[in-house]
Amino acid sequence: MNSRRDFLKTSAGLLVAFALPERSKLNAQGFGRGPAGPPKPNAYLRIAPDDSVTFIITKCEMGQGTVTSLSQLLADELDCDWSKVRTEFAPVDPALYGMQGVFGSQSIRTTWVPLRQAGATARAMLIEAAAQQWKVDKSQLRTDTGFVINTGNNARLSYGSLSESAGKLPVPTGVPTKDPKTYKYIGKSIKRLDTRAKVTGTAQFGLDAKVPGMLYASLQRCPVFGGKVASFDASKAKTVAGVKNIVQISNGVAVIADNTWSAMQGRKALVVQYDEGPVASQNSAGISKMFAEYAAQPGSVARKVGDADAAFASAPKKIEAVYEAPYLSHAPMEPMNCTVLVKPDSCEIWAPTQMQAGARSTAAQITGLPPEKVTLNSLFMGGGFGRRGGTDYVAEATEIAKAMAGTPVKLTWTREDDMQHDLYRPASYVKFAGAVDSEGWPVAYTAKVACPSFFGGGRGGAVDSTAVEGIHTLEYTIPNFYVDWRKADPGIPTTFWRAVGYTQNTFFAECFLDELAHEGGKDPVELRRRLLAKSPRLLNVLNIAAEKADWAKAPAGHYQGVAVVNNIGSYNAQVAEVSVTNGKLKIHRIVCAVDCGHVVNPAIITQQIESGIVYGLSAALKGAITIDKGRVQQSNFNTYDVLRIDEMPRIDVHIVETDNNPGGIGEASVPTIAPALANAIFAATGKRHRTLPLKGSIA
Amino acid sequence: MATTFTLNGARQTVNVDSQMPLLWVLRDTLGMTGTKFGCGMALCGACTVHVNGSATRACITPVSSVAGKTVTTIEGLAPDATHPVQQAWIEEDVPQCGYCQSGQLMAAASLLSKTSSPTDADIDEALRGNICRCGTYSQIRRAIHRAAEIKAGHAKGAKA
Repeated sequence: MNSRRDFLKTSAGLLVAFALPERSKLNAQGFGRGPAGPPKPNAYLRIAPDDSVTFIITKCEMGQGTVTSLSQLLADELDCDWSKVRTEFAPVDPALYGMQGVFGSQSIRTTWVPLRQAGATARAMLIEAAAQQWKVDKSQLRTDTGFVINTGNNARLSYGSLSESAGKLPVPTGVPTKDPKTYKYIGKSIKRLDTRAKVTGTAQFGLDAKVPGMLYASLQRCPVFGGKVASFDASKAKTVAGVKNIVQISNGVAVIADNTWSAMQGRKALVVQYDEGPVASQNSAGISKMFAEYAAQPGSVARKVGDADAAFASAPKKIEAVYEAPYLSHAPMEPMNCTVLVKPDSCEIWAPTQMQAGARSTAAQITGLPPEKVTLNSLFMGGGFGRRGGTDYVAEATEIAKAMAGTPVKLTWTREDDMQHDLYRPASYVKFAGAVDSEGWPVAYTAKVACPSFFGGGRGGAVDSTAVEGIHTLEYTIPNFYVDWRKADPGIPTTFWRAVGYTQNTFFAECFLDELAHEGGKDPVELRRRLLAKSPRLLNVLNIAAEKADWAKAPAGHYQGVAVVNNIGSYNAQVAEVSVTNGKLKIHRIVCAVDCGHVVNPAIITQQIESGIVYGLSAALKGAITIDKGRVQQSNFNTYDVLRIDEMPRIDVHIVETDNNPGGIGEASVPTIAPALANAIFAATGKRHRTLPLKGSIA
Repeated sequence: MATTFTLNGARQTVNVDSQMPLLWVLRDTLGMTGTKFGCGMALCGACTVHVNGSATRACITPVSSVAGKTVTTIEGLAPDATHPVQQAWIEEDVPQCGYCQSGQLMAAASLLSKTSSPTDADIDEALRGNICRCGTYSQIRRAIHRAAEIKAGHAKGAKA
């Protein structure tokens, strides 16, 4: 990856540019605005006279494979030589690129059309340039792996040799894209472009930013959410070797030193008094009680079909169950960090961020500079999982750098900072009721959800769809179905967490459906097949997962559980196979069938499915952030453990390619693992687990 | 105070607080950022380096304790990514976000230096302390087995 400066310096050759035509669709989905006005020279790719091809990656890389898969889209239509492909991250430029951020498993979904069009258009321009040079009709020209070829005499011109003349041509419109049958790179398990850098220690993550003259900061915050620093004594901290300065910012007291360790040592020597504020009285038991009280109150209706009350009145029996899930930390391997240099008329940021545009506007706001005076260098992220959609760490670093104007400052969060000042996956509470008819099929299913919003939604009684997604989105045909939500906000900061509302709601919803299956004496797969008769894509992955998992034919002592989900435009079903011996759980196998429409890179899809299952398993088995006196009780991986290599189960992934636009993949498999696992444990033990994590409650 | 050790084959002297962890000496004093900060308490393995050939968590290793010793980091594992674990990692395309992989590679290289043909149980034991939040564990396991083959001189597909 080159820096943005290199990008700006080397502008010779063909620079192809397009607007994002999916803008109206994005707006309709509420994902933000596309570029305004007519198409501008907007760079997605650059071909240099030396035949190198540089793709400008507008979607940041946090392991989801954007550097590679976005390149595949461009390379296929461009018909370039893959070995000559280089990539660099795009600068922030809303006028050129629209809303820049990576969230909601959007990267392929939002670039599938425009990047292929960009590649096809660039190829058309290269052909046109060759036709003009050879003075032949372009209909007799074709391309092959970085060359334009004259089919009349087999003469060849490399893309590099045509790049300057092609770059002077007008950009044509309406260039057709390829017939998918002729794809050369799309649909192939092409190796990741960033692997070599990541196995040699040369990949530059946010924390690796090096800026000449840089100092290092560590920030002491109030341990209670919403609390503030009342006063502090820095006299001891100032005497710590290496400490250069101590500044107070809105979110705490920053110690600035000539290395990270000295900054951390100086911070330990601070004496700080806090005004802890109202959240100081919160604890997890109180939050759970609050949710239960709220759940008994009327809520805003998210979805209503039929008349559940009437169905309950006439059904032979009504079952009820309460499910709960805790707050969760994202815990990416790279703690939050950000490096900023503030000057009188400019600001430069080096950050691992999922929200390039938001990071830039945050810094613009703090420095008072216009956004175009703020430069953001996007670096590799050591995981994101939604956490780096927040810009709190960028704001902190910018405030510190503003106080240290002229000196670049890198703010590094400790792991404890990261875990105790996260923006958490909300805790949640759901009260379900359901009934089956005399033949055992579900006739009523209701859910009353009480939880905070993930991201400031639900104002004025509106339903925050992220709080109920996974329940109100169920595709099961149940004649009387009702979901409502009431916002219950204990003041713990929250944000998106890989797969968002589905992370807890799919667990709740798919386990409660299992309860109804049990109540009606139905096989869980058979029940779902019947209820999904009108949902062909979910039904298909359910059938494939059941078949590949040898559903109902598990070896003696092994038990299976199933769950399905339709999220982020994709569909997946999982079957977990477990045994429980003397209260000890063993996961023998997880089978996942996934339909994400057209497949761009099967290997990356398989990795992402495995990755989501591991992320979901960590949460299902171990994940819990608990609150006492308004503080997070966990602080590091010893109190917030995650799945380790010796706990890794066998995972079989079956990709079911369908002729649909690509769905998302990064978040697809996270929701399904917890319910598949809990349902398998129920099959093994007869005990229904309604609270996460499952740890300590298996037997 | 001055501490001298051998770093990736060359003699290195640093003038820092003797208690400063090797991790921060590498990253901030020497600008070698291949070794990562993950937890600061030897709980995640992201900072794994070799000290006298053994996998060591640099985040809790005071620099004074490596005086006179040999330290190898990911940058010094092999020129041109030719160490068997790097070759195998590339073949298996292991990394996702990649942040933990320096530590995973160093832990795997240390395992292979002591156990030429590790079993799955050996891998569990040696790599249990290295967290990967992207969940690349099954690929790491495959890559370690493959690295053992490469080290033993077997071509891909050949019987070990």
